[in-house]
Amino acid sequence: METQKTALYNYHESLGAKFMPFAGYEMPVQYPYGIIEEHKITRSNAGLFDVSHMGQLLIEGNEDLAIELEKIIPTDLKTIKLNQSKYSFLTNEDGGIYDDLIVTKVKKGFSIILNAACKNNDFKIIKTALGNKFMITLHKNLSLIALQGPKSSEILEKNINGVLSLKFMNGNKFTYKDQDIYITRSGYTGEDGFEISIPNNLVEDFAKKLITQGVKPIGLGARDTLRLEAGLCLYGHDINESTTPIEANLKWAISKRRRKEGGFVGYSKIKSDMNGQLTRLRVGVKPEGKIIAREGVKIFSKDDQEIGSITSGTFGPSVNSPIAMGYVKYNFSKPNTKIILEVRGKKYGAKIYELPFYKKSYAR
Amino acid sequence: MSNKKFSKQHEWVSVEGDVATIGITKHAAEMLGDIVFVELPEKGKNVEKEGQAGVVESTKAASDVYTPISGEVVESNQSIVDDPSKINSDPENEGWFFKLKIKNKSEIDTLMNEEEYNKFAKESNN
Repeated sequence: METQKTALYNYHESLGAKFMPFAGYEMPVQYPYGIIEEHKITRSNAGLFDVSHMGQLLIEGNEDLAIELEKIIPTDLKTIKLNQSKYSFLTNEDGGIYDDLIVTKVKKGFSIILNAACKNNDFKIIKTALGNKFMITLHKNLSLIALQGPKSSEILEKNINGVLSLKFMNGNKFTYKDQDIYITRSGYTGEDGFEISIPNNLVEDFAKKLITQGVKPIGLGARDTLRLEAGLCLYGHDINESTTPIEANLKWAISKRRRKEGGFVGYSKIKSDMNGQLTRLRVGVKPEGKIIAREGVKIFSKDDQEIGSITSGTFGPSVNSPIAMGYVKYNFSKPNTKIILEVRGKKYGAKIYELPFYKKSYAR
Repeated sequence: MSNKKFSKQHEWVSVEGDVATIGITKHAAEMLGDIVFVELPEKGKNVEKEGQAGVVESTKAASDVYTPISGEVVESNQSIVDDPSKINSDPENEGWFFKLKIKNKSEIDTLMNEEEYNKFAKESNN
């Protein structure tokens, strides 16, 4: 398959981006000032991310649609308020995760943001589950950009009147240059911020405007260090088709009613995970010293028993130390449990760490 | 003009008498991005030309560091282990990796000079 480019590709290039292939797209991994600086800018100021590779799906319908969608997405779609967003999943028969997603109730039905690598498969799964009753569109003419960081609300408000009043995980329709855009207060960095769905023909103009007002472009490299510090999962690494939301420590994302009533794909496995003894759990891992434990690194107990492995790991610029996530046997999942990591054949000390590594301080 | 020599794996070598100082080039440091971890060979270890002699890790990935010539490690730079960002800020001076007692001086002649290396780095862009 030919590598695709987002509508902002040329603009990224003009800003000095280094690109890498990601989920079939040529995406900016970093800009000239580098991942660590980009990370810090997002934590202290405001950063702009191009996430147009992600899928933007619209399913049109009313109450019937909510009932049908609840069969494949384990969150409250019957009671969700207009413009409210929820983090959820598409689950499989074994209780594993086909994809994690953000679903928002919009006037026409539901808007769903999907991972780039999964979006075409998700489309098929949803289409199969819903049949031909509802109109499903995977948008090709919309870009998605994320403005993240403590300064993002005041900067965005200057350009789009009214965004300041959006609450976290809520959105609304706004206008930019006479065209509709949809903005939600959300993100994946552990910072306050917004995700802006905007037509391809306007996105460069809008991005340029934010950049001239002091926002810095941020690549996928810093997006990864930011989300890992915030303890958030990366699909295909920390969660996949063989991990259940319960094992992934994402039980909070399944609403109380859905946990109790079920009625969605994979519920029997998820129910038994909730009621029985879990075999493994996703945890934070903090290595001692500077050693970086990446995906695939084996985790051992103090008495040298293999108890799990790392699913993502890097250096956390805001916490100024290496950070990682992985799965360990349930008995070893308690925070501060001492563990051993095997990196390139050598053993290093580490401990289980209560996520997130970085907590936002809301002091102003 | 520096008297440094360069390898295709993007290391530099600076020779003083029997001892060679080795590090990674400015080009390599730029390509790797922010370096956050480094592992160096221990003193006394014998390393072979183009053999693995260390590891550098950026926020993105881990990469092996090779030695452009053979010899016995006589010193490694603890200061870059403590502060790996020195490799990005000053790769060809303060950010040196290790020093070798040179085993075979003729190996040095197989390496590139600065002009040749710059051309190579520009063309390969990797």
